[in-house]
Amino acid sequence: MNRHDDNISGVCTPAVGEAGKTGDWTEMKPVIDPAKCTPAVKGKPSCFLCWLYCPEGVVSMTIPVTIDLDYCKGCGICAEECPPNAITMVGKERGRE
Amino acid sequence: MSDVRIITGNEAAALAVTLCEPQVVAAYPITPQTKISELLSEYVERGTLKAEYVRVESEHSALSVLIAASTTGVRTFTATSSNGLLYMHEQLHWAAGSRLPIVMCCVNRGVAAPWSIFNDQQDSMSQRDTGWIQLYCRNNQEIIDTVIQAYRIAEEVYVPVMVCYDGFILSHTMMPVEIPDAAEVRRYLPPYKPHTFLEPERPRTINPVFFPWRRQNADGVLCDGYMEMRRKLQKGLEKARDVIAVASSDYAERFGRDHGGLFWTHRVEDADIILTGMGSIAAEATLAADLLRNEGVRAGVVGIRSYRPFPPGLPAVLRNARLIVVFEKCFSYGYEGGVTSDLKASLYGTGVDAPVIDVIAGLGGRDVKTADLLGAVREAMKSLESGDRACRTVWLNCREEE
Repeated sequence: MNRHDDNISGVCTPAVGEAGKTGDWTEMKPVIDPAKCTPAVKGKPSCFLCWLYCPEGVVSMTIPVTIDLDYCKGCGICAEECPPNAITMVGKERGRE
Repeated sequence: MSDVRIITGNEAAALAVTLCEPQVVAAYPITPQTKISELLSEYVERGTLKAEYVRVESEHSALSVLIAASTTGVRTFTATSSNGLLYMHEQLHWAAGSRLPIVMCCVNRGVAAPWSIFNDQQDSMSQRDTGWIQLYCRNNQEIIDTVIQAYRIAEEVYVPVMVCYDGFILSHTMMPVEIPDAAEVRRYLPPYKPHTFLEPERPRTINPVFFPWRRQNADGVLCDGYMEMRRKLQKGLEKARDVIAVASSDYAERFGRDHGGLFWTHRVEDADIILTGMGSIAAEATLAADLLRNEGVRAGVVGIRSYRPFPPGLPAVLRNARLIVVFEKCFSYGYEGGVTSDLKASLYGTGVDAPVIDVIAGLGGRDVKTADLLGAVREAMKSLESGDRACRTVWLNCREEE
């Protein structure tokens, strides 16, 4: 099913997932409570500090705000920065797929 | 008409590089290599070598420049010696791991401390496991011819090649050298075709982090992991065994000079006393063997030209040996000379059980005369005749510690 990797040196092309699904590095994952999250509560684009601070760019600037857990490294910066404390870091089974 | 000039080893190397037409040269001066980089900068200035000559602030930078240049798909060259080579150490691994066919001359010099500018082979031999091919030359003609062969070998197996020759003994000594015809060199050495290279139209990351496991890329191809990539490097060096031999025989056909592939021999057909070594000391050993022949001793020489890949064919040549004497200008501290270890290992289980006497000679430029080599062989023969079959290490012309 898989084609052969005939590279003799380490190369990759810029593409989503080229470095593997880095979301499996994490031990904790962020969970958003829509009852507290400002854009969800107000029903209009606002706050988005989680989107702004996320070092991996995996938070969407949408209503509701979503987080791509395939690539979230679980750093917890979003939870730390969220003004109404709508984001909680919860434990996740460790290990790669 | 052949073009024969009386030149030093360094000039032979610089002329060979010019004939191979690299597009990027970067080097930092260090004795006894300096003359190569001086000559190349002169050739670039004069326009006889159409290359970008990058002035760098260190050897680490010199090889970094070549790694970058080679990654864009051009032919490259550098030269260094001793501590300069050691300063490149990390980049040696990067170049080999990236499978970049960089060619470098290592003008062999002892390594500090204590400080020395004189010849031995500790510098290149201590870089054994970096994944570079290492070829050792015994005279200036072999230097010019080996540098040209080095490009062909490197670009065929995508492994960088270090062309090593003894500092001062060859680098600064003048000998008649036949300069190969430029058009014939072009026919012998096809244009460099990179296996992969960076270009703006196809953005790529070279050498991203590799994980212990294999993983799928975005196209669904199961990509090799670190261990597979390292194994591919070993496969490259294994392939190089044949490629070096063919590069050498094809060169002999075109230019009329055969320096041997992985190794060369001198009067070994019926020899039972075998002298061996790498570089100029092995050439010196041929004189010792000839003198022994005059006395009726069946002596011969096996010169190791390729240290890595190590020649697999030695046991066949050594099968009739009663005694093997290795002359080497390097030491693996805490054990023995590096060539001796490799040679003994290659003989294991082959039925060759001749004692191997490891003679450490000429460290830090200490003079080694034919008579000294002769004396060491006679000493080893005396031990053998008295029934002593032990392998041992001897430091030649070195005061014994009391």
